[in-house]
Amino acid sequence: MTQSELFIQLLINGVTLGSYLALIALGYTMVYGIIELINFAHGDVYMLGFMISLTFLGFLGVRGTLGGWQLWVVIFGVMLVTMLCTGLINMTIDRIAYKPLRRAPRLAPLITAVGMSFMLENLGMIWKGPSQILYPDIFPAFDIPNGLFGLNTMVLFTTKDVFLMGVTIPLMVVLTLFIRRTKMGKAMRATAQDREAAALMGINVENVIRTTFFIGGALAGAAGMMVGLYLNTGRYLMGFDAGLLAFTSAVLGGIGNVTGAMLGGYVIGFLNAISDQYLSPEWTRAIVFTTLILVLVFKPSGLLGERTPEKS
Amino acid sequence: MALLELANIHTYYGNIHALKGISITVDKGEIVSLIGSNGAGKSTTLKTISGVLHPKEGTITLEGRRIDHAPAHEIVAMGICQAPEGRRIFPRLTTVENLEMGAFHRSDKAGVQEDMERVFGLFPRLKERRTQQGGTLSGGEQQMLAIGRALMSRPRILLLDEPSMGLSPVLVETIFQIIQDIHAQGTPILLVEQNALMALQVASRGYVLQTGRIVLHDTATHLAENEMVRKAYLGES
Ligand SMILES: Nc1ncnc2c1ncn2[C@@H]1O[C@H](COP(=O)(O)OP(=O)(O)O)[C@@H](O)[C@H]1O
Ligand SMILES: [Mg+2]
Repeated sequence: MTQSELFIQLLINGVTLGSYLALIALGYTMVYGIIELINFAHGDVYMLGFMISLTFLGFLGVRGTLGGWQLWVVIFGVMLVTMLCTGLINMTIDRIAYKPLRRAPRLAPLITAVGMSFMLENLGMIWKGPSQILYPDIFPAFDIPNGLFGLNTMVLFTTKDVFLMGVTIPLMVVLTLFIRRTKMGKAMRATAQDREAAALMGINVENVIRTTFFIGGALAGAAGMMVGLYLNTGRYLMGFDAGLLAFTSAVLGGIGNVTGAMLGGYVIGFLNAISDQYLSPEWTRAIVFTTLILVLVFKPSGLLGERTPEKS
Repeated sequence: MALLELANIHTYYGNIHALKGISITVDKGEIVSLIGSNGAGKSTTLKTISGVLHPKEGTITLEGRRIDHAPAHEIVAMGICQAPEGRRIFPRLTTVENLEMGAFHRSDKAGVQEDMERVFGLFPRLKERRTQQGGTLSGGEQQMLAIGRALMSRPRILLLDEPSMGLSPVLVETIFQIIQDIHAQGTPILLVEQNALMALQVASRGYVLQTGRIVLHDTATHLAENEMVRKAYLGES
């Protein structure tokens, strides 16, 4: 590969990784914004999205690459159902694990979230086994630069990359519009800014919290399925790794800030790609966390964070 | 039957007994003032009415209907809304979005639009600032926004918690003029104030609250003449 090919490859890898990290990071940041809880189980909901979609594909008897209308119907049908399931699961997690602790000191739900994460990971292990799982390679991988444009290049860019971006990015656009424009979206922002004032204005705060968990879970489920389709493999602990990076993205962008989570996701995505390519994968985590620390030293609230520490 | 009636209300913060048997009524067409020094329990009273806190003892009724166990968001829908102490507007929502939040429970779009125009009529300053974020407004504008936001719920009774707090004398005059306008347009008001002088000028009746108990209840004129009130709250010696 030439230098410029390497650079283009790095951009592509950064965007693909960043896209699904951003999607997961949104769930961390939205929940934190509303109830100031770091939902450690969120990464595992993403893992469940992977496994649930895998199970549905199994029901449908899908094994290999699909084409034509079948491809789109299967993918979007399974994705919709998966998002519904993980959304409901996330809502249920809140209902049974966090809601009873709404008025408790902040440490209590935090520890509960860690416990919830372990439970979901074990559930995943019992369900699909402890080893690496294969995910059917449904989506055709067509080499775009070589096949379509006849370029003789080493850069790997396929229809799968386009598909990953083509699903994750519109999902983020829709979410942003939902939060900016709709009544429920505005109520979510109001609740995040001042929960008691929101209740005094007639907003059903518990309903807003439920909706937030649902949306976060649905996005994580979509990310889980996308990663399955993209990498064709996963494991019960995949939520831990991705969750750590996504959570870091949310903090880097300014936890509680939706745009920040997306920005953070892409920043971490690029950092990963750069480090993987120019250093080596062993260094990647060190690079990611060093960057996080540096950003937080100079801007403790994160890149786009605006939350003041004395907020009651 | 009174529009709003609190009967023997006891409210606690954990073990702290903040309200010790309070009874208050507000009738249609009234402005009623609740005055008292810092820490007397005025905000606690309003929070108890709004359902943010629930009384351990006693009843609250709106036109005879018990509301003391209803959650805060339902109480707004029943017709009670407040502009809380310290304004508590949403700092990163625009003026218009803040007002929309006041109308959260309503689905009559035309009516909401009408009320927004009404609020802009009462507070022309807010109209100029309609797309500005709440947190960037001045103190006086934020207070106007807090009152306007509460009005957007089309309340049957409006609760105001120290609307004059931290405002310049000129702005205090403006706010009190608007309180009278709102009342003249038909909305009864329960007005909590430390600024007893102003509060008693606009009210028809008043209650004096001291460490969780009502120690005086009379017409506003009588209270303004009362020896104890003059000494304690009107700064006379
Ligand atoms: N969140 C709270 N927790 C514990 N005590 C409180 C809380 N809020 C108010 N109090 C206490 O209740 C009493 C009444 O307070 P408040 O209603 O805010 O008074 P006011 O509005 O008249 O200044 C005070 O003694 C205050 O310290
Ligand atoms: Mg007060």
